[in-house]
Amino acid sequence: MTSVDVRSLTAGYGGDAVLADLDLSVPSGEVAAVLGPSGSGKTTLLRVLAGFLKPASGTVSFGDRLVAGAGPGFPHAFVPPEKRRLGIVPQEGALFPHLDVSANVGFGLPRADSAPRIAEVLEMVGMSDHAHARPHELSGGQQQRVALARALAPRPDVILLDEPFTALDAALRVRLRAEVRELLGSLGTTALLITHDQEEALSTADLVAVLRDGRIVQVGTPVEVYDVPADLEVARFVGDAVELRAVTRAGRVTCALGDIPVHSATRAPDGDAVVVLRPEQLVLSCPVDAAALPGGGIVRETSYHGHDSLLRVELADGTSLPVRVPGGTPPPRPGEAVVVSVTGPGRVYRA
Amino acid sequence: MSAVATRSRPRRVTGRPPRLLIAAGAITAVVALIPLVYLLIRVSEAGLQRIIEVLVRPRTLETVFTSVSLVVVVVTACLAIGIPTAWLVARSALPLRGMWLVLVALPLAIPSYVAAYAWLAQFPAMHGFWAAALILTLVSSPYVVLPVTAAFRASDPALEEVARSLGRGPFRAFATTTLPQAWPAAAGGALLVALYVLSDFGAVALLRVDAFTRVIYASYRASFDRVSAAVLALVLVALAALLVYAERRVRGRTRRWRVATGTQRTALPVVLGPGARIGALAWLTGLTILALGVPLTSLVLRMLQGSRTPLDPLELLSAALTSLGVALAGAILAVLLALPVGILAARYRTRSVRAIETVSYTGHALPAVVVGLSLVFLTLAAFPAAYQTIGILAFAYAVLFLPKAIGATRSATAAVSPVLEQTARTLGRGPLRAWAETTFRLTLPGIAAGGLLVLLTAMKELPATLMLRPTGLDTLATELWSRTEIAAYGAAAPYAIALVVLAAVPAWLLSRAMTRTDADTGDADTVAS
Repeated sequence: MTSVDVRSLTAGYGGDAVLADLDLSVPSGEVAAVLGPSGSGKTTLLRVLAGFLKPASGTVSFGDRLVAGAGPGFPHAFVPPEKRRLGIVPQEGALFPHLDVSANVGFGLPRADSAPRIAEVLEMVGMSDHAHARPHELSGGQQQRVALARALAPRPDVILLDEPFTALDAALRVRLRAEVRELLGSLGTTALLITHDQEEALSTADLVAVLRDGRIVQVGTPVEVYDVPADLEVARFVGDAVELRAVTRAGRVTCALGDIPVHSATRAPDGDAVVVLRPEQLVLSCPVDAAALPGGGIVRETSYHGHDSLLRVELADGTSLPVRVPGGTPPPRPGEAVVVSVTGPGRVYRA
Repeated sequence: MSAVATRSRPRRVTGRPPRLLIAAGAITAVVALIPLVYLLIRVSEAGLQRIIEVLVRPRTLETVFTSVSLVVVVVTACLAIGIPTAWLVARSALPLRGMWLVLVALPLAIPSYVAAYAWLAQFPAMHGFWAAALILTLVSSPYVVLPVTAAFRASDPALEEVARSLGRGPFRAFATTTLPQAWPAAAGGALLVALYVLSDFGAVALLRVDAFTRVIYASYRASFDRVSAAVLALVLVALAALLVYAERRVRGRTRRWRVATGTQRTALPVVLGPGARIGALAWLTGLTILALGVPLTSLVLRMLQGSRTPLDPLELLSAALTSLGVALAGAILAVLLALPVGILAARYRTRSVRAIETVSYTGHALPAVVVGLSLVFLTLAAFPAAYQTIGILAFAYAVLFLPKAIGATRSATAAVSPVLEQTARTLGRGPLRAWAETTFRLTLPGIAAGGLLVLLTAMKELPATLMLRPTGLDTLATELWSRTEIAAYGAAAPYAIALVVLAAVPAWLLSRAMTRTDADTGDADTVAS
């Protein structure tokens, strides 16, 4: 059981700091997702954690082991990757192509009596039948399973997953995510999932840390991060966001959909603001005198997806909103008058 | 929802290369520079006045004129012959297209001095500028034909079709769309031809043309005028460096023109009319007869006729083994020196890595005569014990052919993801073991192929071998040389045949590298010599 603690970390290449004064702590046994767009510093953070890059300043500790940086009694500690007791699952697996599955899994084990452990972890990831297959004979999903088994075999304190599901097709991705989550949970290994896919982060992790421009801008449970994004950019990045111009006055928020209740955790000073709603908060109805009501508008486009339909509704003031309606009944056609109302609180940010 | 981006996987490692690797690479760079630097020292010792005196001598100017004219004539001829030939094999519906493609590449398997010998054996009166121009054109035209063929095949037929639909006739459509796409390939090929002609020793020496290499060798042999040999060598290096620089510039612009994504169709071959068809076949047949038929027939005839002194198979075997032995020593040295540079170049792109790589490629711009001359000077002046030893000969091979070994190591390493090595680190391996158990295991075949290429190329090397070999040591190339010099053509034939067989392997590899349409263009010059 090992926590991961990163304190005031600054790191980069040459003189350029990619990560600036970054703090992150992952409690022992939890799966944390580091979520960020490309260029946010995800890969640099991974390289610092794994020991491929020395930080310029700050510390990295696994449990009470300081693995990088200055600490009490250590003028400038740096534990090389091979001594960190850390497993890594790279993108697309990166299995050793010249070794078969069991040799890949046994790579990190002492040669003597590695066989039982190899069998054990292959069993865990459901790859026992492929122990002697060559990496190129495996499908993408199987390769990822073996890569996970290889990382788990030496019983590492920490596991790093570097966008491990990106190369897989959608259905397999969902299944493998769930399996990995369950496996990591049962083993109690502390894990960091590096990803740019917010859906992956929300569905797999106990804790989501949003990384932007080399800083962690928000840490919280998936629900917290989705429901109460720390700022407008996080709101846009995590999930779909419907943004509406609004005015705040004495705690009341008014926008094209009328007065809207606001999440207590977000507050903006009086004046111009932006309200963010999630698409599932928008509800459509078709009353007779639609145009007169707040939120009244005209359907401009309908795209039918079977399980739901995505409409573009133009409100009276010209604002255009994406609204999702569940399948089952035929969706409104373009030109029909509708009313958009809101369920649940919105989030308000300074414009 | 964020899209699933299929990102191109980085093969490079961001960050600083390990110090030890940089140090090893720096050693290689220093080794590669030794011949050039010593030549510079030697020339500067002569004093400015003496240098100017040598430079403005009529003889020097004549040499420059001869060499430059030879380059211009051969390059022009190669382009004039090569571009139509490439079009025929790439785009026309000729019978036996596959066979022609092989036949136009094959002249690469005939070292220039073997071709010169073969023609001389049939036409002993053949000498001088135009004879050398003919033979150099025949042996070096594949340097133009192959890349231009590849460019014609790679060009998108849709471009030509669009040009046709916009109202251009077939010839104008070709000239305004496909032909411009082949220009960079033709220019790159032309520069390789120029470098080949400038550095060639065997053909100009046997055909008695006073180009740089022959004059330098002669003044070295005359041994009383070493300053002028050194100054001439330096002028030659300057010209060669200019060509190498130009070639790099051209290659930088050689990128595929196609901007659209998606799979590209291959062009339908153009069906020629009956007259054009006969003309095309006659053209290709004529070229093949000149470039392959004459030399190979000559070799076989001479071999069958035999000579007054019967062939001693033991002598042939011993020359072959000697060639193999010294070339092997050179190849091993080249591979060891290339290893750190190739790894650095594949994995890192820092300024120091670029500098090391560039300097290590010095051998590419150094004609073998120059390396031979400089090492003769160096050993005589500083290490008399090494003068004319196998060691110094192997050293010369390593410097000359280092670019091939680096290229092979580099492309083999670049093909292996650095993530493998990093993963091995997290699984408990130190840096060296992680490399040895992953990347090295996977790159070994590529590196070995590079070593083999150096071996085969070194086995047929002539001028540096003539200058640096221990007295009494004979390789296949020197045996052929000494027999041809005394017009013992029959006795030379078995050696010539052995050399053609040896040269066939690198030639085959080169033609593959040059016609592969998606080739990393870096391969071409690492194979070419």
